[in-house]
Amino acid sequence: MKTMRRTLAAMAAGAILATAASPVLAQSKTLKVVQHGNLTILDPIWTTAYVTRNHGYLIYDTLFAMDEQNAVKPQMVEKYEVSPDKTVWTFTLRDGLEWHDGKPVTSADCIASLQRWGKRDAMGLKLMDFVKEFKAVDAKTFQMVLKEPYGLVLDTLGKPSSNVPFMMPKAVAETDAFKQIDSQIGSGPFIYQKNESKPGERHVYLKNPKYKPRGEAPSGLAGGKVAKVDRVEIVEMPDVQQQVNAIIAGEVDIVEAPPHDLLPVLKNDKNVVLDDWNPLGHVFIIRFNHTVKPFDNPKIRLAALYAINQEDYLKATIGDAAYYKVCGAAFICGTPNATDKGSEILIKSNFDKSKELLKEAGYDGTPIVLMQSTTLPVLTNTAPVTKSLLEKGGFKVDMQSMDWQTLVTRRTKKDPPNAGGWNVFHTYSVSADALNPISNSYFVAAGDKSWFGWPNDPEMEKLRDTYAKETDPAKAKALAEAIQLRALENGQFGWIGQWYGPGARRSNVTGWLKAPIPVFWNIEKK
Amino acid sequence: MLDFIARRLVSIVPVLAVVAVFVFLMLRLTPGDPAAVIAGDNATSEQIDDIRTKLGLDEPIWHQFSIWIGNVLQGNFGESFFFKKTVAELIAQRVEPTLALAICTLILAVSTAVPLGVLAAYRHGSLLDRFVMGFSVLGFSVPVYVIGYCLIYVFAIELGWLPVQGYIRIGVDFWGFLERMVLPSITLAVVYIALVARITRASVLEVLNEDYIRTARAKGLSNRVVLMRHALRNAAVPILTVIGIGIALLIGGAVVTESVYGLPGLGRLTVEAVLSRDFPTIQTVILLFSVVYVLINLLIDIGYTIFDPRIRY
Repeated sequence: MKTMRRTLAAMAAGAILATAASPVLAQSKTLKVVQHGNLTILDPIWTTAYVTRNHGYLIYDTLFAMDEQNAVKPQMVEKYEVSPDKTVWTFTLRDGLEWHDGKPVTSADCIASLQRWGKRDAMGLKLMDFVKEFKAVDAKTFQMVLKEPYGLVLDTLGKPSSNVPFMMPKAVAETDAFKQIDSQIGSGPFIYQKNESKPGERHVYLKNPKYKPRGEAPSGLAGGKVAKVDRVEIVEMPDVQQQVNAIIAGEVDIVEAPPHDLLPVLKNDKNVVLDDWNPLGHVFIIRFNHTVKPFDNPKIRLAALYAINQEDYLKATIGDAAYYKVCGAAFICGTPNATDKGSEILIKSNFDKSKELLKEAGYDGTPIVLMQSTTLPVLTNTAPVTKSLLEKGGFKVDMQSMDWQTLVTRRTKKDPPNAGGWNVFHTYSVSADALNPISNSYFVAAGDKSWFGWPNDPEMEKLRDTYAKETDPAKAKALAEAIQLRALENGQFGWIGQWYGPGARRSNVTGWLKAPIPVFWNIEKK
Repeated sequence: MLDFIARRLVSIVPVLAVVAVFVFLMLRLTPGDPAAVIAGDNATSEQIDDIRTKLGLDEPIWHQFSIWIGNVLQGNFGESFFFKKTVAELIAQRVEPTLALAICTLILAVSTAVPLGVLAAYRHGSLLDRFVMGFSVLGFSVPVYVIGYCLIYVFAIELGWLPVQGYIRIGVDFWGFLERMVLPSITLAVVYIALVARITRASVLEVLNEDYIRTARAKGLSNRVVLMRHALRNAAVPILTVIGIGIALLIGGAVVTESVYGLPGLGRLTVEAVLSRDFPTIQTVILLFSVVYVLINLLIDIGYTIFDPRIRY
C-alpha cells in the first residue's frame, strides 16, 4: 500500500513537473505576440490592412527602409547610383540574399515585385507615372529609368506603411495585382509556417537561419535585422480584456495595442512594461464630402474647421494627456515637413467665426449627416465631439451610428445624404503614412480619383505635382508648407490631433525597436 | 418509428431552403461591403470596385444566389473571401473547440443540475431547495461574460491555477486540453445548470404528488428507488426538452465564451465572418447551425419515446 502511494505520488509529481517544465523549455525562445487585429489576408500588396503589413515585415525584406530618424536607408540594396540628369537609378543588391526556398534573390524578382506593388499602392502608382522602364543589368543589378526627375524615389521605395514595396520571388510577384498570392516565400528574417498556422488561432514564424542581416545596428525599420528568438507566434485574441489578462498571467509576451482605458491595469503590474514603440503615433482626421451640399461649399467646410478644436477630441478619446499631443502640423510634429502655419483654426474653437462664415455662405440649416463608428473604440467618441462643436458653431447635425464595416461601405457612396450618402466622418492613420503630401492620401484633390470625400482642387494638385518633382529638400519643405496652407484655406479636411498607443511587454522581453510598425527582430526573451 | 425519422429528415429540406434564401437576402440587404473591408482603409473607390468585380458582388442578387445554391447542392460551400480557404476547410478547423466546449458543458451541467433539481424537489422548502432556487435565478440573470471575467480574475490571475485563454487539441496534450476547458465549461454551464435544475425541480415536484408515487411509497420502496425509477423517469419529458433547448442556447453562449477565453471555435468564426462581411462563411455556418437545431429536435422527439412509452409516432 505504501509503495503504491509512493508510486502514485512520484507519478503525480512527475506529471506536474512535466506539465510545468515542458512549456517553459518549449517556449524559452518563442515570442508570443497579440496584435491589434486578426490576420486573415496574407498578401500585403492586395490589402492595406495593417496586420497584413506587419506579417509582411516578418517574412519579406525591402529594397530601402526608414530608420529611427525617419531617413530612408538601403536595406536589400548594397549601393545605388543616380545619373546626373536624375532619370536613371541603378540599384545593386547585397551579396548572399536568398529566398526562403534557397534560391538567390535576383534583379528580375525585384522588378516584378515593384511592378505588382506599383499597381496597388498610391505612392507606387505615382512613381510608376514617372517610370519609363525597368532594366535588369545583371542578376544583382537593375535600373529604373524615369521619364523625368522625380523627388520621391527613395521615400517611395522606403515607405514604411501600407502598401509596403516588399520583395517577392518573380513567380509570386507575377500574380495579378488584384488576386491574392498563394505563396508566402520571402527573403526576410522569419519564415512563415503554413502547416502550423491556423487563422483565428495563431500564425507561426520560425527564424530564418540563412538570413544575412546588414552590418549596421538596427534603427527603426532599417539596419541589421537580427532575429534573436527562434520562433514568433502571433496569437489571435479579439477580446481586449483577454489580451490584458493574458499578458498579466504571462501567457503572452507582447500585446501590441492595449486599449487606453486598460493601461492603468497594466501599469500596476510589476511584470509588465509599457513600451512606446511607435514614437510617431497616429493622427485623427475629420473628412468632408466635397461633392454634396453643404460641404461642396469651401466656406462651409472652413466654418466647420473654425468650430472644432483638437484638445476636445483628444480628451474625449484618449483621455490621458501622456498619450496625446495637440499638433498643428499636417505632416506630423517632429518630422521634416512639419509646420504649424495656418493651423490655428484647428487648435482653438471660434464659434463666432464659424457662424459668420455660415451666414455668408447662406447655410440653409439642413442637418449634415455625421457617420459615427461604434466598433473601433479609439474612434467612437470622435463623432459626438464633432456633433457638439459643430452645433455650437451654428450647424445642425444628424449623427448616425453604425459599425465600422458599414461606415467604410457607406463612405464610398456619392449619393445625397438623405439617399444613403454622407457629409462627414472620422478616421485615423498611422503617422508614418502622413509624412508628405504624396503618401498622405487625404491631400489628394483630384476629384473622383481622390480618397473618399473626393475633393477637387486643381491648385492643390499642381502644388502636389511640383512637390513630387522637387529634388531639393529645402524647396520641398517650402512646398509642403504651401500645401498645408492650401488645404486649410480650402477646408479640404482637418487633422485633429496626434495620439500614441504604447504596447505592453513582459519585463523579460527586451529590444523592442522604435519604429512606426511593430517589428520582432532584435527582440530578446530572457 | 423509422418512418417518423425518415419523414423528419425529409422535412429538413424545406427548412434549409427557407433559411438559405432568408440568410442570403438578409446579408445582401444589410449594409457592409466585403470588398471595402478587404481593400483596407487606404484603398480608393476604384480598388474597391475592382475587388467587388473579382468576387462577383457586382452581379444581380438572383444570379449570385443561383450560383451559390447550385454549388451548395453539389457540396461546394464556396471559398471564404478572406482566408483563402474553402469554407468547408475553415469549418472543419473550427468545429473541434466548439464541440469540445459543448460536450464538456453538457456533461458538467447535466451531471450537476439533474441531481440538484431532484434533491431540491425531494427536500422541497428546505435550505437546499432555497439555495438551488436562488442559484437558478442568479445563474440565469448574470451575463455569460461577467461570469467569465470573474472566474478568470479569481482562478487564472489571482490564484494562477488555470490558464487565461487558449485551446490545445485533445490529441496533442490531454491535460493541457482539460485545464483550458475548465473555466469556459463552468462559465457556460452556470446558465445551463440554472435552467435545467429549475425545470427538474418543478417536474419532479409535480410528479411527487401523483397517486402512483404514493402507491410506490405504500409498497415500501426506498426513497432512492421511488425518486430515480418512478419520479425522475416520469418527469423526464420536460427535462429532456429543456436539455435539448439548452444545446441550442449553448451555441449562442459559445459565441461569447469563445471570445472571452480565446477559443478558436465556430462561435468566434461566426463573429469574425459577420464583422468582415464574409458572406460564404456566414451563409454556411448558419445553414450548419440550422441542421444542428433540426437534428437536436429530432433527437428530443426520439428521446420522448424512450422515457415515456405512451408517446408513439
